[in-house]
Amino acid sequence: MERFIRESAAVAQIELIKLTRDPTELVSRAIQPVLWLVVFGQVLAHVHGIYTGEIGYLAFITPGILAQSVLFSAIFYGIAVIWERDLGVVHKLLVSPARRSSLVFGKAVAAGFRGIVQAVVIYLIAFALQVTIRQDPQAILGVVASVLLGSGIFSTFSLIVACIVKTRERFMGIGQVLTMPMFFASNAIYPLDLMPAWLRVVARLNPLTYLVDALRGLMIPGGESVYGYAVDFGVLIAVFCMLLAVAVRLYPSLAE
Amino acid sequence: MDFPQVSDGLAIRATALTRRFGQLTAVDKVDLRVSRGEIFGLLGANGAGKSTMMKMLTTLIRATSGTAEVGGFDIGKAPAEVRKHIGYVPQLLSADGALTGYENLRLSAKLYGLPRGERSVRIADALDFMGLAESSNKLVRTYSGGMIRRLELAQSMLHRPDILFLDEPTIGLDPVARHSVWDRLLELRRKYDMTVLMTTHDMEEAETLCNELAILHAGRVAVVGRPDALRRTLGPAATMDDVFAHYAGGGIRESGDFAGAVQARRTASRLG
Repeated sequence: MERFIRESAAVAQIELIKLTRDPTELVSRAIQPVLWLVVFGQVLAHVHGIYTGEIGYLAFITPGILAQSVLFSAIFYGIAVIWERDLGVVHKLLVSPARRSSLVFGKAVAAGFRGIVQAVVIYLIAFALQVTIRQDPQAILGVVASVLLGSGIFSTFSLIVACIVKTRERFMGIGQVLTMPMFFASNAIYPLDLMPAWLRVVARLNPLTYLVDALRGLMIPGGESVYGYAVDFGVLIAVFCMLLAVAVRLYPSLAE
Repeated sequence: MDFPQVSDGLAIRATALTRRFGQLTAVDKVDLRVSRGEIFGLLGANGAGKSTMMKMLTTLIRATSGTAEVGGFDIGKAPAEVRKHIGYVPQLLSADGALTGYENLRLSAKLYGLPRGERSVRIADALDFMGLAESSNKLVRTYSGGMIRRLELAQSMLHRPDILFLDEPTIGLDPVARHSVWDRLLELRRKYDMTVLMTTHDMEEAETLCNELAILHAGRVAVVGRPDALRRTLGPAATMDDVFAHYAGGGIRESGDFAGAVQARRTASRLG
């Protein structure tokens, strides 16, 4: 276990160093949530176009936009992995005695750093728009755990796609095809009750729905987790473990 | 250096090693014997099977059939043990340009499980040995091609492996940088008694560095021998280019593929 932690931490640390050394990506990724909250959120809140119960629309979508940011920043992680493959970094990692599980998990942890930065950005935008956000330590810890899990899930999923397609061109196409349906087939910007029955079924199979559900309960005063935190975190952990198992098997194929 | 199970004084022993990709047989029943402490060169035209051979021996890909022992460990049955005992410098540039030389080495030290107390000393030794001590805190993207290759050698030797695998270690380097890599390589073998298996297209490199060569052609070993002995078989005035042309399929056969050409050019381009 000590070895697993050491190896994963080494991989994650490298990503953290790169992130702090060149934060351009973080800045560019902050633009999209600003647009969603400041433009889309405020307009929809103004026209009362979507019924969200006691919670204002802007507060309703804030956790959804955080989940979206986590999804969008993590889902293109595979591009970086393909880049590393093209550079030979993957080959060197795979020839080291480090466990494949450590290498994959380290990548997921690194994606979690990016997710946390996205969360800070969303909180700042929310404060600027005077959206009330829960600030008690339990809620903050819950949000951190949710964001880490969500980032881990989507980055690992992205890694799996990268292992299958192996080229940046193919990945870009598939990445676009995956992200928008996942986003719209979830409870991120409207309640599931408004969806047709078939889409509700799809949304319930979508891990993003459980991430949004947990975040909505943890971030918004008066917000609630419809499925309950146990179900939300249970689903997220199970999906993450399943994806990790698949990614660990596929990751070595990048060296072929 | 300990070789726990190896016999016959061999560092590497491959028997009928074969790798197929669909209908293509990239490596076809190759037998190979590499003695401890020698620098062994794998030569061949593009697509001859050198890189595939190296990937199998370094456990990056599985063999379709056949067996091989590296450092006394079976590549199919004990790949994790093999990895502990080898160092590897891929043809592609594997040093991370966004990190400093020191950070690249620290990552290797952690992944190879060097004890915390030893890391700094080993890294300092490796940087010193490769002549990179003064540049250790600069980003690798500012390094010259020769410096990057020396850093990669430093990374691969940090854990004192028994066997070093080098896939075209001087591809894309200018003559000065190439000679500086050769010097370090020879010094590395002398100081640490490492066995080196390297692929190369450079006949001067093969003749200068390698004690023994195997020339692959169409996935099979065409010939094995010492460079001078191979030359003598073709006549008193024969050069290594003649040897290569004779055994590697005439030297004018078009081979390799688009991906291989892109990879080689990309590596050369990054080395500046």
